[in-house]
Amino acid sequence: MLDLAKYDSLGAALRDSLARWPDEVCLIEADREREKSRLTYRQFGEAADLVAAALEESGFGPGDRAAIIMTNQPKWLISAYAVFFAGGVLVPLDYKLSASEHLQLLAHSQAQILFVEYPLWRAIVQALAFREHKLRKVFVTEAPPNADLAGAQRWEEFCGARAPEFRPRALMDTACIVYSSGTGGHPRGCMLTHENYLEQCAAVSPIFPFRPGARYLSIIPTNHAIDFMGGFVMPFTGGGTVVHLRTLRPEFIREAFTKYKITYMAVVPLILKNLQRGLRERFSALPAAKRKMLDALIGVNRALTRAKPRPGLSRVLLKDIHNAFGGGLQALLVGGAFTEPATIEFFHNIGIPIYNGYGCTEACTAITLNDLRPFRPDTVGKPVPGMEIRIVGPDADGIGEVAVRSKTVMSGYLDDPEMTAETLVNGWLMTGDLGRVDASGHLQLFGRKKNMIVTAEGKNIYPEDIENNFEGIAVKEFCVYAANYIWPQHTMTGEQLVLVLHLEPGHVVDGAFVKEVNRRNAQLQNYKRVSGYIVWEHDFPRNAAMKIRRVVLAGLIGKQLERDAMVSL
Amino acid sequence: MKTIEQTTDEILTLAATHFQVSRAELQPGDDFYKKLGIDSLQALELLTRLENHFHVELPDYEVQGVSDFHTLATRIQARL
Repeated sequence: MLDLAKYDSLGAALRDSLARWPDEVCLIEADREREKSRLTYRQFGEAADLVAAALEESGFGPGDRAAIIMTNQPKWLISAYAVFFAGGVLVPLDYKLSASEHLQLLAHSQAQILFVEYPLWRAIVQALAFREHKLRKVFVTEAPPNADLAGAQRWEEFCGARAPEFRPRALMDTACIVYSSGTGGHPRGCMLTHENYLEQCAAVSPIFPFRPGARYLSIIPTNHAIDFMGGFVMPFTGGGTVVHLRTLRPEFIREAFTKYKITYMAVVPLILKNLQRGLRERFSALPAAKRKMLDALIGVNRALTRAKPRPGLSRVLLKDIHNAFGGGLQALLVGGAFTEPATIEFFHNIGIPIYNGYGCTEACTAITLNDLRPFRPDTVGKPVPGMEIRIVGPDADGIGEVAVRSKTVMSGYLDDPEMTAETLVNGWLMTGDLGRVDASGHLQLFGRKKNMIVTAEGKNIYPEDIENNFEGIAVKEFCVYAANYIWPQHTMTGEQLVLVLHLEPGHVVDGAFVKEVNRRNAQLQNYKRVSGYIVWEHDFPRNAAMKIRRVVLAGLIGKQLERDAMVSL
Repeated sequence: MKTIEQTTDEILTLAATHFQVSRAELQPGDDFYKKLGIDSLQALELLTRLENHFHVELPDYEVQGVSDFHTLATRIQARL
């Protein structure tokens, strides 16, 4: 791989990658069972040069911001590279957000340019806030021939005439503004520098080395810090290949393993559990004698790989299972949310080298990683190289808030000095997660200190962000909490949101009211919905500005009501 | 050409069979995540079954944000 210590910016490192492996395949794009395209690093560079030249000709320059809203596909990476080449700042947005959320974040980031897929642009155009957007230019990919683009241009026709000039950036310049969450009025735009990315890539690449021929299956949305690193920066700086699937259907993911002989793949717990479910169903369908044999082989594999992974041996012992994963899988990384130890153990027992870790966007992806030497599914591993971890305010059991210090920690939240000061304290990133470091240096997590949840899809949800959706319901006042924030539990799975209702005097929760709450709830994406409600019979404590004192209220509710007071919606 | 009611009915029957719930319990306006107790990947699996049944192809983005049977039926109906 490239020696990243020599570089001052992502753009410079990526540019050298294209020059170093011109004839290696860098991207494969597939849609279901059909392969759509393959690009070598040279071809990638030629395509990106056209976009970079057009950016330059449009007046886009160093420090200017360009957003991307696309599913995982080659044009995502081509556009991103062109932005870095032109010295710009990338704003990768989650394509799964709603159109109004996209517009909110585009406005907050002050992006001038937008690269977007046609179906997503169509939705944005129809949103109420569309007329207020301040984008200077919009480039739409894959639009049908006669489509009304509402003032946008076709990405495929966005070509400059001259060779573009590479614009150098400094290590401490912002490379990306990545929204870790927050679309309900409090966006958290993490400003990540070129140094953050280069340091993270240099720290993690020795653990998952890319070389020409190594293939990464890109499933997690590329706007997510994990895929941006694992499905762009790391494979490119090592000469590897990224395989994009235009669908998340489990059957095509399974097919891609064997068809493309995948080396690495990163998944969120939801996908891992789906893979586990598929394998379990296959195991259950085996005749009794074969099942017994399989169980025995899994037992042998487990005993022989407890101290360290032995992929060669596991492939021999459990050949059919490993063939279903393509036969060349070196690592399956799971992150984005906490993964149940039993799920990790399932894959470890069948010899699939599964690496769980812990990280956050604010730290540019990985903070800890399990090295499987020995296998410790009860933990999220040890700090990755260059990462310092401290437990702040530990209790008698050694459990306290996890704080992190490293060159990978963001410079702050965009335009939010107050939240930045709360999160970056004396050079330490306060994660809001509760943990303990054991004698062997492994980090164990025990829930959250902050009022938020992370879903199995790796989505961070801050309760305040969805309150807008319930504005106007017939109550005196209401708010939303993470249930575990009110009733702390030492777990990071199965997290739920709860709606706290303070009714008008004499009112009761009746069928019509519940129907209305359910209607509002159904308007939210399924992973953002509240799971239930509680009725609180007192005025909410408020500060002088009449803002709810959420910490105080949570404490009061937790003391006076049990968790089972929550009524499911 | 099927009517939207026929399409919806066939979707409900397929969903009931695939996820082993009683057909009588499913209504067109139901939230299928909640009613079937499924996650987003299982919803995509259901979509594949529906594509095979109706002989259509629906890109993932067509069902992004869709969570009730009736809206799902209108998306499929538009491609029949």
